[in-house]
Amino acid sequence: MSRQLKGRGEEGDRSGRRPSRKQAPRAEGATAGRRGAQPGQKERAGGSPRPGSPRRKQAERRRHGEELGEQGRSSTERTCEGRRKRDGRASLKEQRAPPKKEKEVPRKEEMWKRPKKHRSPSLASRASGVESLSEEELARILEQVEDKKKLIATMRNKPWPMAKKLRELREAQEFVEKYEGALGKGKGKRLYACRMLVAKKWVKFKRDFHNFKTQCIPWEMKIKDIESHFGSSVASYFIFLRWMYGVNLVLFGLIFGLVIIPEVLMGMPYGSIPRKTVPRAEEEKAMDFSVLWDFEGYIKYSALFYGYYNNQRTIGWLRYRLPMAYFMVGVSVFGYSLMIVIRSMASNTQGSASEGESANFTFSFKMFTSWDYLIGNSETADNKYASITTSFKESIVDEQESNKEENIHLTRFLRVLANFLIICCLCGSGYLIYFVVKRSQEFSKMQNVSWYERNEVEIVMSLLGMFCPPLFETIAALENYHPRIGLKWQLGRIFALFLGNLYTFLLALMDDVHLKLSNEETIKNITHWTLFNYYNASGWNESVPRPPLHPADVPRGSCWETAVGIEFMRLTVSDMLVTYITILLGDFLRACFVRFMNYCWCWDLEAGFPSYAEFDISGNVLGLIFNQGMIWMGSFYAPGLVGINVLRLLTSMYFQCWAVMSSNVPHERVFKASRSNNFYMGLLLLVLFLSLLPVAYTIMSLPPSFDCGPFSGKNRMYDVIQETIENDFPTFLGKIFAFLANPGLIIPAILLMFLAIYYLNSVSKSLSRANAQLRKKIQALREVEKSHKSVKGRTTVQDSEDTAKDTSKNATQLQLTKEGTTSHPASQNQTTDKKVQDPGTSSSASGTTLPASRHLSGARLTGVRPDSGPAQPQTHPWRSASGKSAQRPSH
Amino acid sequence: MGNKQTVFTHEQLEAYQDCTFFTRKEIMRLFYRYQDLAPQLVPLDYTSSPDVKVPYELISSMPELKDNPFRQRIAQVFSEDGDGHMTLDNFLDMFSVMSEMAPRDLKAYYAFKIYDFNNDGYICEWDLEQTVTKLTQGELSAEEVSLVCEKVLDEADGDHDGRLSLEDFQNMILRAPDFLSTFHIRI
Repeated sequence: MSRQLKGRGEEGDRSGRRPSRKQAPRAEGATAGRRGAQPGQKERAGGSPRPGSPRRKQAERRRHGEELGEQGRSSTERTCEGRRKRDGRASLKEQRAPPKKEKEVPRKEEMWKRPKKHRSPSLASRASGVESLSEEELARILEQVEDKKKLIATMRNKPWPMAKKLRELREAQEFVEKYEGALGKGKGKRLYACRMLVAKKWVKFKRDFHNFKTQCIPWEMKIKDIESHFGSSVASYFIFLRWMYGVNLVLFGLIFGLVIIPEVLMGMPYGSIPRKTVPRAEEEKAMDFSVLWDFEGYIKYSALFYGYYNNQRTIGWLRYRLPMAYFMVGVSVFGYSLMIVIRSMASNTQGSASEGESANFTFSFKMFTSWDYLIGNSETADNKYASITTSFKESIVDEQESNKEENIHLTRFLRVLANFLIICCLCGSGYLIYFVVKRSQEFSKMQNVSWYERNEVEIVMSLLGMFCPPLFETIAALENYHPRIGLKWQLGRIFALFLGNLYTFLLALMDDVHLKLSNEETIKNITHWTLFNYYNASGWNESVPRPPLHPADVPRGSCWETAVGIEFMRLTVSDMLVTYITILLGDFLRACFVRFMNYCWCWDLEAGFPSYAEFDISGNVLGLIFNQGMIWMGSFYAPGLVGINVLRLLTSMYFQCWAVMSSNVPHERVFKASRSNNFYMGLLLLVLFLSLLPVAYTIMSLPPSFDCGPFSGKNRMYDVIQETIENDFPTFLGKIFAFLANPGLIIPAILLMFLAIYYLNSVSKSLSRANAQLRKKIQALREVEKSHKSVKGRTTVQDSEDTAKDTSKNATQLQLTKEGTTSHPASQNQTTDKKVQDPGTSSSASGTTLPASRHLSGARLTGVRPDSGPAQPQTHPWRSASGKSAQRPSH
Repeated sequence: MGNKQTVFTHEQLEAYQDCTFFTRKEIMRLFYRYQDLAPQLVPLDYTSSPDVKVPYELISSMPELKDNPFRQRIAQVFSEDGDGHMTLDNFLDMFSVMSEMAPRDLKAYYAFKIYDFNNDGYICEWDLEQTVTKLTQGELSAEEVSLVCEKVLDEADGDHDGRLSLEDFQNMILRAPDFLSTFHIRI
């Protein structure tokens, strides 16, 4: 209320001023309009002792130029006024008068100040002003300066028109500049000035940096384009994609900068040791495209995969500890992702208010927040109108028959049936994948297998991902849920499908890994024997040392880590291709067909059956999330995977932007984007956690391969940390670490953590309870207040009834009662009593309820409201009159 | 950097940056958008802050606004006289409030003004009817409209005076999950 008053007061003030400013140059006050005229009158009538004086001042100000006029005023006076202005703008009128007395003196000053620039006068006055300031004045000014600074910083948040903001800003800046220097004393002064200079530069730097930063955000215009065509929900997918791209870029930087580049620059070159060489058997086909496409051949033995890295403790002249770095980067990839996801989730929750209340405001939210101001395309706008209309109608129907009993048994049966079918689908798809992975392991033992047999797993997984969601949607039609709930179910099911598929795939892969591990021992022996035989073979001159065995000829293990990495790499690439092909065929070709065949077809293709495709937001977001899960899982065994993913995201940004703009139509039902935002983030967090599990398991419990990768020869991968601690740190640190790793210490630590979680949880619960209680209290307080007000409101309503009955005298009366009630709250009861007696018979009953408990008045009002009587006593007094008098006696 | 453009002085740009949520580049872009609306009207030199207004018809033809059912209200609220004709300052003001960085409170304040069709400082039933009609392009019947309005008042009117004050409105809108994401215009 106070703010509203403030705003209106300001407006009145401003527009009251405007005509006077304009009159001189234009000589016409008509443009000021009725809005300006009325408050101006009010201001004058409000009892300024010298009517017309603000006008004179304005005129002078205009003559001297705005800033000089402001500055010329005695500064303390000015700031006092400024502060009062901020505190309570409603009482503008009384403030208008005082400054004028001081006006005369400073204007002389102003005369000689004017020709100079406005920096110099401030210096001059600072010099003269400093000596005369006493301690408390200084403190006061300091406070004011701080106030002004705060004002400058928050100027953009003020709901003022620009001209006023600019003026206030200038005033505040000048004030700060003028008095800032005066604050320090003696020696401190220079320091203070210096500090101020630094602060100013810092502000400037921050602003420049901010300017630079916003320029660096890519695809801003592209997203804006999409946003205006499709509304904020589709754009939210692209914003998510961009965010994902940023995260992946950071991960890529980590892995590339700390693992791949050092290895390529300082590690042993290709072909120097067996793990970095293509084996003899594969050599002639190693460069074929079909082999490279499967990430075999030269790619398999490159720095993109785990197996390429050597287990040398340090490499190059920098003595870079590569195995250590590899391990730490693997850990920090997860650490960084976890941190950034949680942080963005937290910032999302901060922005959004509590969601539990949305049920209380269904209609209000529909009314005031359903229009998407971003829409700048007439087709989307039409869709939006239609969807808003439907949603209004839906809620009306919901409201009217919220407890309508349908055939509940049928619905229940159908829902159970649908869930049963979907669980069958999920199990079937899981089994299919398990079966296919098993089969592929057999294929991998055979020599010549076809292209299909080699890529069966990926193809089957992609096909499942493509066909299952529509199938689910069809089944979900049985359930007859509300669309929003239906969407949640659908998302959950797709999520379960993807997750199930991924985990079956992982389990099958794990089987494979165990098989390989069990074979490792024999291969190890074979390798030993080969080398042994090679060096000790007879028939060689003993005096000449034998040349070492060519690395390509050394028999080697199957290196399960690389195999896992390759699987993930293939999965990512095939996923990307399937996505692109789906877009190309499903969206683009369909759009072309619909567009061009429409000229020669029997029915309207655009409006009828095939139509154009819609952009599937939830499916795309889920696809992106799962893709990211695969990246997280695979990045430890295939450091190059993140690089591929960065490329994928980059291309898909451009490709999808193009596809959306060229061949999709806006949604018929526009979903809310923002609310699901955190939902998606939650899914991402879950996927991150789930992809962390298998990686952690393999690191913790499987022995690394004996002849490939940075951890070869160790018992477990994490031994690399122990090794570093033992060899490179002083012994006492090693002891400390050993002590810390003691289970006797770790278990209490974990317990402590649980306790902390429990404690924090209970604290937050109690805080939220307190919050709710406070809110309730506020509500109650407000209601009490309102009930007072509503009593008052009712009297004005009765006034308006008077108006209807008797138009001659009440205009002034209304004014009077209003003023009476606002200015003398104490005497309110008397006034209202008087008022109540006025209308006579019809309202005599209400006189008794006057000191009313808020129950009564509330009930009364709700009873009265439907006829829109009290809603706008001023605007439609005639409407209320009839309905009112009819209802009144019933109370 | 100052040599590149002569439309504003350096101080003007700094002041605009203090008063809006825009960076220097965005202010320049907005200026050129503004200038494009009426090239013969708007001078390319704003250092002496000329008094120029672009008429409402041109403002409302901007692609950002042309499909908005509330475009007239937006222009009226941000224009100086409530007639929809805008100076550059008003124009910057409008897009600053509608920008992504603007805080909830500021947006809520202006949203209230936009939905307050008759400028009486309250959203009364008539205003609500206007809003619904604009949102649904008159597809709802009169009873449905009045039912919706009644419901809205029922939900959001804290003081039961039959109209929404700014306080009621803020109280309601600050809990809306979608308000921030939908009440902004990207430019």
